[in-house]
Amino acid sequence: MSEEKKKGQSIEEKQYLVRFNADTKSHLHVKNPEICMTDCPDKICTIFCPAEIYKWEDIRMHIGYEGCHECGSCRIGCPHENIDWVYPKGGHGIIFRLG
Amino acid sequence: MSERFDCIVVGAGPAGIACAYELAKGGAKVVLIERGEYPGSKNVMGGVLYRQMMEDVIPGFYQEAPLERPIVEQRFMMMDKESAVTFGYKGMEWGKEPYNNFTVLRAKFDQWFASKAVEQGALLINETVVTECIVEEGRVVGVRTDRPDGEVYADVVVLADGVNSLLAKSLGFHKEYRPDEVALATMEILKLDKKVIEDRFNLEPNQGCTIELFGDATKGILGTGFLYTNKDSLSIGVGTLLSGLIKHKIRPYELLEYVKDHPMIRPYLQGSEQQEYLAHLIPEGGYKSMGKVVGDGVIVVGDAAQLVNAIHREGSNLAMTSGRIAAETILLAMQAGDFSEALLDRYRVKLMNSFVGQDMKKYKDSTHHFDKFPQYFDQYIPMMNRAASQMFTVDGKSKWEKQKKIWKDIGSPREKIKIARDAYRAWRVMK
Repeated sequence: MSEEKKKGQSIEEKQYLVRFNADTKSHLHVKNPEICMTDCPDKICTIFCPAEIYKWEDIRMHIGYEGCHECGSCRIGCPHENIDWVYPKGGHGIIFRLG
Repeated sequence: MSERFDCIVVGAGPAGIACAYELAKGGAKVVLIERGEYPGSKNVMGGVLYRQMMEDVIPGFYQEAPLERPIVEQRFMMMDKESAVTFGYKGMEWGKEPYNNFTVLRAKFDQWFASKAVEQGALLINETVVTECIVEEGRVVGVRTDRPDGEVYADVVVLADGVNSLLAKSLGFHKEYRPDEVALATMEILKLDKKVIEDRFNLEPNQGCTIELFGDATKGILGTGFLYTNKDSLSIGVGTLLSGLIKHKIRPYELLEYVKDHPMIRPYLQGSEQQEYLAHLIPEGGYKSMGKVVGDGVIVVGDAAQLVNAIHREGSNLAMTSGRIAAETILLAMQAGDFSEALLDRYRVKLMNSFVGQDMKKYKDSTHHFDKFPQYFDQYIPMMNRAASQMFTVDGKSKWEKQKKIWKDIGSPREKIKIARDAYRAWRVMK
């Protein structure tokens, strides 16, 4: 029972359920890396992104754009409006099969 | 692709497809441009599709559309940590023609709906992103796409590009949304045997149930959860204002896990298997967040125009109605040979006079009010639960004693006045 409860809780397991056709280049970019480094102690995008694609790596923001749900939260939620957000190339990105 | 059309519709969701369908049916040469591999591949919703507005486009659609279950029961759970006060309505009239609403899976439904527009003569082009509107002398005259030589020209462009309408924003029709104007929803589709669903939710075959979750489902943050029955799966999700997630530093998928593991919800899901995980934004700013919806040669519909009634979890129906009214207006404009903002403004007038505009106006202050005063969700719902527990627990105390205790638990006379004032305010923003 407790084993069953644990299954599927992590973001990695959730993302594994989704089909992606990733482009070779990212549709998301940090406009000014300096701002993440010096002006943004919370790095809140690493918390509210539903696919957890933003990861702070010591000195820079890594964006795992391949797993993006294209929801737009990061563009709106970044307190410094520091994310350049466009749609992935036609036919690329997330492909929902059901919902 | 540098062909000329009467109309270009950007985005094959409920608004765009409804619009393209009506335009093609009316004899217009229309192209429907979709960025996904197929219509529905980028689209997410909890899952309730309303019959009336869909029938306004395709009468009797339910005889052939890929639907999950007609909803015969709508329940509402006001949740505390280990309890819930539940109410709802179940009626057999919803289980037969003409039906009230259905659960749908969007990837299936949108593909079907788009195929109907194609049958009417619309040209559907998938896997194509519209990168910008082509504007000449202040008039939108076409669109630029991410295909080689991908310029397309038309008399009118309909922007049905969803909540992230970069196109409407770039035309200056609305500003970038604030985090308290959008809700971030995450959901999962959970596979579960038909028979188990019917037993668990007290349903017969081809009957469905929706449960809306308030209070502890969102840990007291403004938002709701939902649990809907599909044919052989459940849709469970939770959505809160993006500003709430930011303020409370909550990971959205952890909130989803919290709801799934809640003692009021867990038993419904037992033994189910995850099929898909989805995230999407919902425009919840309401009437006050709506931008400009018409310009010279351009009309905005659906989520792109912020047409969502968050209080009643309605969106796709507003989208379809806006798409249909946009098409009617464009057909009129074609007759007149006039695609100016002055003529196309008839769309806005008609939309605002319909239930879409009326409901947007009715609830114009509601999201803002409940966001500003969190006590409704984080105090009053738990209070309601404690009162119910007190009243219905038989422990030898008289009912008078119990009522006295409930009354005392509400707090000081000042607290009571505050609650009465909040109740009045809630009524004011909902009336």
